[in-house]
Amino acid sequence: MSAPAGLPPRPSAPPPLGAPAGVAQAGARPQHNGPVQHQMQFFTGYPQNYSAPSGHYAQVPSKAVPSQVDNQYGAGYYSTGYSVPAQSVLTPSVGSNLLNTQGSQQSYSKVPPHPVESAEGLGQGAISSTSYLRTNTPQSYSAFGSHYSTSVSSSVASQGFPLNSGHYAMPMVSSAAYPSLSYPSMATASPYGQVFTSQSLPAIGQFKEMNAFSGQSTVVSHSLQQVPMGYRSTSWSTSDVQSAQDSLSRNHTESLAKASNQTSTVGGVDSSHLVSQNVRFIKSGVGSSVSSAVTSSERTPVDHSAQPGPVPSVTKPSESLLQEGIQYDGYVNNQASSTPAPLSSSSAIDSSSTTSSASPVPNNYDALEGGGFPETRSITSSPAPAPSVPPTSKTSKPFGYGYPALQPGYQNSAPPTSAMQPTNPGHHSGFQQYSQQYPGMNQLSSSLGGLNLQHSQQPESLRPVNLIQDRNILPITPVPAPVPNLNSDLRKLNCSPDSFRCTLTNIPQTQTLLNKAKLPLGLLLHPFRDLTQLPVITSSTIVRCRSCRTYINPFVSFIDQRRWKCNLCYRVNDVPEEFMYNPLTRSYGEPHKRPEVQNSTVEFIASSDYMLRPPQPAVYLFVLDVSYNAVEAGYLTVLCQSLLENLDKLPGDSRTRIGFITFDSTVQFYNLQEGLSQPQMLIVSDIDDVFLPTPDSLLVNLHESKELIKDLLNALPNMFTNTRETHSALGPALQAAFKLMSPTGGRISVFQTQLPSLGAGLLHSREDPNQRSSTKGVQHLGPATDFYKKLALDCSGQQTAVDLFLLSSQYADLASLACMSKYSAGCIYYYPSFHHTHNSAQAEKLQKDLKRYLTRKIGFEAVMRIRCTKGLSIHTFHGNFFVRSTDLLSLANVNPDAGFAVQMSIEESLTDTSLVCFQTALLYTSSKGERRIRVHTLCLPVVSSLADVYAGADVQAVICLLANMAVDRSVSSSLSDSRDALVNAVVDSLSAYMSTVSNLQQSTLIAPNSLKLFPLYVLALLKQKAFRTGTSTRLDDRVYAMCQMKSQPLIHLMKMIHPNLYRIDRLTDEGAIHVNDRVVPQPPLQKLSAEKLTREGVFLMDCGSIFYIWIGKSCDNNFIKDVLGYPNYAAVPQKLTQLPELDTLSSERTRSFISWLRDSRPLNPVLQVIKDESPAKTDFFQHLIEDRTEAAFSYYEYLLQIQQQTCK
Amino acid sequence: MESVVFIFSLIDCCALIFLSVYFIITLSDLECDYINARSCCSKLNKWVIPELIGHTVVTVLMLISLHWFIFLLNFPVATWNIYRYIMVPSGNMGVFDPTEIHNRGQLKSHMKEAMIKLGFHLLCFFMYLYSMILALIND
Repeated sequence: MSAPAGLPPRPSAPPPLGAPAGVAQAGARPQHNGPVQHQMQFFTGYPQNYSAPSGHYAQVPSKAVPSQVDNQYGAGYYSTGYSVPAQSVLTPSVGSNLLNTQGSQQSYSKVPPHPVESAEGLGQGAISSTSYLRTNTPQSYSAFGSHYSTSVSSSVASQGFPLNSGHYAMPMVSSAAYPSLSYPSMATASPYGQVFTSQSLPAIGQFKEMNAFSGQSTVVSHSLQQVPMGYRSTSWSTSDVQSAQDSLSRNHTESLAKASNQTSTVGGVDSSHLVSQNVRFIKSGVGSSVSSAVTSSERTPVDHSAQPGPVPSVTKPSESLLQEGIQYDGYVNNQASSTPAPLSSSSAIDSSSTTSSASPVPNNYDALEGGGFPETRSITSSPAPAPSVPPTSKTSKPFGYGYPALQPGYQNSAPPTSAMQPTNPGHHSGFQQYSQQYPGMNQLSSSLGGLNLQHSQQPESLRPVNLIQDRNILPITPVPAPVPNLNSDLRKLNCSPDSFRCTLTNIPQTQTLLNKAKLPLGLLLHPFRDLTQLPVITSSTIVRCRSCRTYINPFVSFIDQRRWKCNLCYRVNDVPEEFMYNPLTRSYGEPHKRPEVQNSTVEFIASSDYMLRPPQPAVYLFVLDVSYNAVEAGYLTVLCQSLLENLDKLPGDSRTRIGFITFDSTVQFYNLQEGLSQPQMLIVSDIDDVFLPTPDSLLVNLHESKELIKDLLNALPNMFTNTRETHSALGPALQAAFKLMSPTGGRISVFQTQLPSLGAGLLHSREDPNQRSSTKGVQHLGPATDFYKKLALDCSGQQTAVDLFLLSSQYADLASLACMSKYSAGCIYYYPSFHHTHNSAQAEKLQKDLKRYLTRKIGFEAVMRIRCTKGLSIHTFHGNFFVRSTDLLSLANVNPDAGFAVQMSIEESLTDTSLVCFQTALLYTSSKGERRIRVHTLCLPVVSSLADVYAGADVQAVICLLANMAVDRSVSSSLSDSRDALVNAVVDSLSAYMSTVSNLQQSTLIAPNSLKLFPLYVLALLKQKAFRTGTSTRLDDRVYAMCQMKSQPLIHLMKMIHPNLYRIDRLTDEGAIHVNDRVVPQPPLQKLSAEKLTREGVFLMDCGSIFYIWIGKSCDNNFIKDVLGYPNYAAVPQKLTQLPELDTLSSERTRSFISWLRDSRPLNPVLQVIKDESPAKTDFFQHLIEDRTEAAFSYYEYLLQIQQQTCK
Repeated sequence: MESVVFIFSLIDCCALIFLSVYFIITLSDLECDYINARSCCSKLNKWVIPELIGHTVVTVLMLISLHWFIFLLNFPVATWNIYRYIMVPSGNMGVFDPTEIHNRGQLKSHMKEAMIKLGFHLLCFFMYLYSMILALIND
């Protein structure tokens, strides 16, 4: 039962969200019915049951009000209402105690004809509770409720049930399973207990009374619990709602799909009848289907047992918990009773034989399981066991084993899924049907609308797309990250895709399956991202698994109050005493409500156990090239100006230190010791053996010596104006910098403008300009010397990072120089042909980058560890860092713009688990001298069928991982090898997919919807500077693009690979969004093809680090006047990097759109206006990757080539 | 004369066996996280050339003393050693590079290689021992 335990933590989070979802759902279901209008079914099968559930809905509002005093906790309250449903359901059969119920029932029955009405009623109830957020929970819940209710009616249980209505069977259960009676009193325990109970209770008739009793007790606890919920709701509300909806819709859709499958399977007999039923299931939600099952009879006892489970959900906190719990349970149960699953199915079969109508039911169940309605799954499994095994034994099992048992459950789920696969088409049609029905719902609230979309999503991802015929595959809005197919509560708790993404959101069960899918498995991380909301936890003990050191996270399971089971290694750990107290709610005994267990991204303030030495001050050292080249380029002016402006904003505390070193053929140090009247320059000309002239006064306290620093910065740009020194002794300067930094660690920022030509680490030009556009291999992508690598490793060992700013107009061998940053966890900036006046765009870019660079957050002495569930292992790392041991990344500095990627393999089969988790823990010293740990945890489902693997593919993550792999490949092997590998990646995965879909003509190129952009993105990669051949590309440009691919987070990398193109001369407010009182128009995305460009239009291309605005020749003069501020096209200058602030509507729209794009990323992109005939237009046109160039295929040609290869 | 050749080969082979064992121990230390990649690689890189020389000398000796079978047995391994040394990219710090040893399963392949070499050297050891005894008897 580890599962149930795990549930509790999540539930708290979900509840706030859940409520709205519930509302939406309730509304939705009737509606579904409405369109289909299978009233007949209702009457025929289960009028009673059906009405009952509805009653429960109706009740919710009414009941809730009285019971709950606090509006705030509406959500929680709501949940109670929900639980009520269980009762209400019972009522009909029993003779109902609740007046409300009846009314509600009525309304419900009406619902089918009048969907709207029902929706309203629900809505009201929800409103009263305040929390609209609940959505997810309600859905699942309701399903359960109905399910139970049905069972009740049929079974003896009815009597007992009313008692159960307290739902608090759980306490009972717990007691049964567990000798210790402590449970009933403990609110926390209840969720778990409940789950279990469900199984055990039904079986044991005697318990009923007990249950009732316990139920009461639990109720009390419930009210208490609500408080935490309230807290939750505040923080989470908005985002959660969405996710909740998603999950709902998903579940829905899945069930649909399954239903359709069922239909197909059922075949003959009452085909029409069956179909209608299925449909109905879908619409009405699981609950109704369940009820039908109940009618079928035999099952009832089983269901009965299951019922208790839902009942417990009555508590609000528990609701969410329940869901999770249920889910888990599902797994758990499955595990516990591997047999049960088969059993249940067999029983189902029996029932079907007895009653024709019944047959759909079993199918339904299966379908549900497969669909990722974990909850349902659990239910099914539980019933089966009940009959076969004595209840007690069962309950005990789940408790003790939790995971091992999981396997069977898993297997159960598996068959349905696999079933889905072959039936794809049918399933698809089912979906369509569904969507057709949907339109009727439009009247519903916007939230429902959201649901509608979501519904279609799941089947969508597998919808076959004919790439050759379907020309407009690019969506009009930016591609969202796929949502893992988890149950709603888990999904809500899951880590944001911005920080943590997996290439496959459905993890294949075995390496064999992964190999079949031909897609890379890996993670893309952006762990130190700037977050607007981050729970920070100060606690003397940080709870971690004792064997694998995993931090406690939302996906662990609580076995009981005192123990939790690690979700990565499955070890059972003790909950420390301190963890029992929840500082947020100031309550005791609710470990699952602690913020660590409620958030998948948290930050701990670490104790001294996590320090090797006391936190060091922030130390910044600038190493500046002042040779002739550098002075000529004039970067010093920009740098010193930026530094002066941002000196006070440098992250750090009162101990912050700063220092400067300049170098040409000698190395110059600056003594800035407090008390000096002016900065003192110390020149060391012995570059073969550099030493520090005055080791103590070169790095000075920023605040104490501020005046001297300012003096120096003001003087620096002019100090070397007359230099004739052309040599650059970068190596010695770096060695000196390393010596200076090694006692404390910190950040070295190196500004270099040419090839180092003196002392250690000197380099020679390796580029042959004639080979720039060669289609043969590109040489010299790797470093020429190991000097910079060794230096980087030395620096990394002393916790020093080296950031490189390369501002050269000539070849400077970035491939070698970059090593100093790559292995010391630094970052690399490259400004080709930088000149402060001649190339103002670059100067502006440097200025903006510096502003961000100097003021952004920074973490020192960092290490990052990535852990994953047993069975998975990480075999390759990408990014800027040094891999110190098998899974420990040493990051001397960590910055918010750094992204990482890892490749994984499946070493052991994952058949015994249904979820896998990944956790990254980043331990760092903040600039304020605090030791902190930022922990992200991602949870993903495991699947066993190839179709599911494809359905969960995250095409953007796949592309970014492939880009990283291709960079490695081109350095270690050759560029043409890596290009071939990229093309083969597409060919292999598409042909693997096509071979799984049997009924396709071989002559076409089909991709699953989830991968439809895959070929396009790979083509974009092939045309990227890093990998293109045939087009003249400077070696440094190429290497820089490769460095970026390795170190950029996914969002930035995707913009770089596939820029976004918008038409901006006709911006309207249609579909606009409001941000901070500003209206931001949302023009649709355009294909990256010249066919979309028109001479009358103006287009904006967002390449991540640069915006191009292309103005067509016969562009509307009004636009030029209103937005650009020039009278006509001819008057627009060639180099324009800013839009004037004009007081016109179109100017305002354009500017608000551009600034909105800018605000969404940390780097300030430079704007470049390009006229149609300007020479700079090649920069713009090279990004139109769907077009043909002299050296590369167009998208269509490329598709044909791929098709040819797949047919082989 | 022949016995001298084999006595030398035997000693050389012993050294190579010890070296292989040392490689295996160091690599497994790295695997278990007892030492860090940097020190592991610098330790191992130091011994790559001695190993290469030691093995090449035996191979050449066998060629000179016209023991064709043993020469042919040793030749592929000696070639592999030289090839591996020559093919190290210019930016790497040696055959064992601390920045790459944890990537792409390099650690495992190094380990496998060391194991195979150990087996090979053991085989050679007994062959040399046999040949030496035979040579001594003949003398």
